[in-house]
Amino acid sequence: MAKKTSCLGLGVALSTRESDDELNLGPLAECMGKGKIVAGCIAPHPPHLVYAENPPQNEPVAEGGWEQLRWGYERLRASLADIDYDAIVLLSPHWQTYVGTHFLGLPHFEGLSVDPIFPNLFRYHYNMNVDVDLAKAIHDEAEAAGLPVKMMENPDFRVDYGTITTGHLFNPDWDKPLVVISSNRSTAYYSVEVMQEIMIELGQVTRRAIEASGKKVVVLASNSLSHRHFTTESEVPEDMSKEHITSHAMHLWDMRMIDYMRSGQAQRILDEMPEFTEQAIAESDGGGLSWLLSTLDVPDYPAILHGYGTIIGTGNAVVEWPCHAHEVSEA
Amino acid sequence: MSEGEVVASFVVPVHPHTVLAPDQNPGWRRLRDAFDQAAQTIRDLETDLIIVYSTTWPSIIGHQIQSDPNPEWVMVDHDFHDLGSIPYSFNIDAEFAHAWNQANQERGLQSRCVNYKGFPIDVGSVVALTLLNPDNTIPAVIVSSNMYANRSETTVLAKSCMDVIKAQGRRAVAITAMSLSNRMFTDFIEPSEDKIHSLKDDEWNRKILEFLEQGRLEDVGQLSRTIHQQIRVQKVVAFKPMWWLSAMNGNRNDLTGNILAYEAIHGAGGAVVHLDPTPSGVGDKEYDEDDVDYYHGERGVLDTVDETESGADESEQEDTPDHQGPELWEPTEADGSVNTEAAPKPVGAYPHARKVGDMLFLSGVGPRQPGTNDIPGGPIHDDNGNPLDYDIKAQTHAVVNNVRRIVEEAGATMDQIVDVTTFLVDMKRDFQGYNEVWAETLGTVGPTRTTLAIDALPTPIAVEMKVIVHMGE
Repeated sequence: MAKKTSCLGLGVALSTRESDDELNLGPLAECMGKGKIVAGCIAPHPPHLVYAENPPQNEPVAEGGWEQLRWGYERLRASLADIDYDAIVLLSPHWQTYVGTHFLGLPHFEGLSVDPIFPNLFRYHYNMNVDVDLAKAIHDEAEAAGLPVKMMENPDFRVDYGTITTGHLFNPDWDKPLVVISSNRSTAYYSVEVMQEIMIELGQVTRRAIEASGKKVVVLASNSLSHRHFTTESEVPEDMSKEHITSHAMHLWDMRMIDYMRSGQAQRILDEMPEFTEQAIAESDGGGLSWLLSTLDVPDYPAILHGYGTIIGTGNAVVEWPCHAHEVSEA
Repeated sequence: MSEGEVVASFVVPVHPHTVLAPDQNPGWRRLRDAFDQAAQTIRDLETDLIIVYSTTWPSIIGHQIQSDPNPEWVMVDHDFHDLGSIPYSFNIDAEFAHAWNQANQERGLQSRCVNYKGFPIDVGSVVALTLLNPDNTIPAVIVSSNMYANRSETTVLAKSCMDVIKAQGRRAVAITAMSLSNRMFTDFIEPSEDKIHSLKDDEWNRKILEFLEQGRLEDVGQLSRTIHQQIRVQKVVAFKPMWWLSAMNGNRNDLTGNILAYEAIHGAGGAVVHLDPTPSGVGDKEYDEDDVDYYHGERGVLDTVDETESGADESEQEDTPDHQGPELWEPTEADGSVNTEAAPKPVGAYPHARKVGDMLFLSGVGPRQPGTNDIPGGPIHDDNGNPLDYDIKAQTHAVVNNVRRIVEEAGATMDQIVDVTTFLVDMKRDFQGYNEVWAETLGTVGPTRTTLAIDALPTPIAVEMKVIVHMGE
């Protein structure tokens, strides 16, 4: 099998774009920059993790809980501490769009994010910056590829809690701008296969736009693996004696996917995505995992598992593909 | 106080176009006019409560009920953010919300109230309340749509709502915020290009509307699973709002239906339908499915007991989750015995009550809940006997409700109760709270009463009542 050449900035530098005209690249094929993806991660977003951390931005107070995953996030942050990057590109399954794929299109958002499902755990005062230039570049590249896309420019828009949760856990200082991509619900409309076709295309245009941008970027898929919830909550939500996977079958699917990740078999994940999504009721239905693997050019090197744990019965893994360590020289 | 009732029901669409852009498309304008007509009907009916079941508020932990008396924010739709923003400030009946939540638990449902500043009220609820209650004069309540809820859970959710409507003597309007076919165009379109996504969707929508126009709400409920398979995006299990609305109307097929508008909103089927409870004189059941009063389904999933290893099937498990104490028995049958699924199972071989002539004698009644065996207000100790804090008022209320169910099953009424003996396990701690609940409930009826302190009861409860009823003529 041919070695993938993922995460590379391919070719000629592209100066900072000055006008929209420059973005009509199919545009990028002709004027590549030195941008690159330095890492790609699965970064799950259950609000329980932020709740358990007790950051000052979140109103509820916890006695801890879900340490295996929170320590996993700590290891992920430590792993990237010495890696220089300019922006974070994140796809969140809780910004659900049925009409195309949308991108946050204003430079700054702040407000209160209350989880509509677990409001007892997550009422977070957020304040985040958006790399609008990069968002627009990905948007334009996607549009040129024929995908329905839209920039979200309503200042009253409330950023979804999946974005906030992953954003906080990955970068608690919020000192890097984000590009936030909505989750197109094509699985619900058509099938996992159609979703994956769209997400692979979106991943490819994401990668091309990043490479053309001249920026160094981390890409995050904010999603769980198996996704069957308990429908009851213990009196103390962080009571870890009540936390476990909902069924053995879910555990087996999670471990199978993690094994593929750790052994550099991303293509098999894509191949088995329909069965995994259906049988594990996996949050991969939102397209994040397919998009991530496509953005990373379907890596054939091992990912690093930083942590695995369950949250109200769902399976969650913090996983890093360390692209920076697997760059292949153009020569 | 007159007995409460649902004075009208409405089906309304969820997307923001009718609020933000009614004049960009003639169909959206007709939907908006229909909303305005519905709002006028609601006012004319002297409605004192609007209840919204919204399909765009999903929940996981049972059902959630909005209980913030005045939720305020600005809603922006995830898809149609370019249409603009909808500021809202709603008048929520928090007292009703809490009573409904309690009634849900008494019928075996997982349920909770939410009252948090900044809670994101969903688009369907915002559109419905903005247009149907524009001046906010009528108090409202909003309930979520549980992702995993099946027909029985959704039906019981309506029945517990009706318990409270009747108890409070309300004139309520029931709203389902929902699309018919919910398949939108997946690309951007000009407003003038809007139409129902496909002929198949349109045909099914018209079939549903034909049923509704004939007042055959129960039939639509029975078709819900088929409708979901045919014309719904496979996101939310089943066409469940029809289950809720049907149960809110007594699962009838003879309502008086009126289709106020049916149009496309970005391809989805949007309709404003008025269902008047006045019998239309037509309608017959094509389908039938067992009715359900109490929820006995999966709600013990946090327990670590492996049910599959126990060999117990669902019917055997229904009264056992979280059960502490002695084995539960089926109530015994004998001449004059009165038993009901609406009361907790006995802890021995005896009936819930026994009728002798015009007298009715109840076995000791505690606060355990039928179906779940939960104890409102909490158990008095844990599995190891360690004392726990508990709410004697909640327990006493639950005892009175269980007594009511048995008495009514016998065909008697609460005001026919003539004598009560109450047993408390902690007289010093609990007498005052018990006495307050008594004054509000049985105290208004006037039976004689004896209150005794005892060491313990068979289950971890604090209060039990022995009741005698004179049924009279």
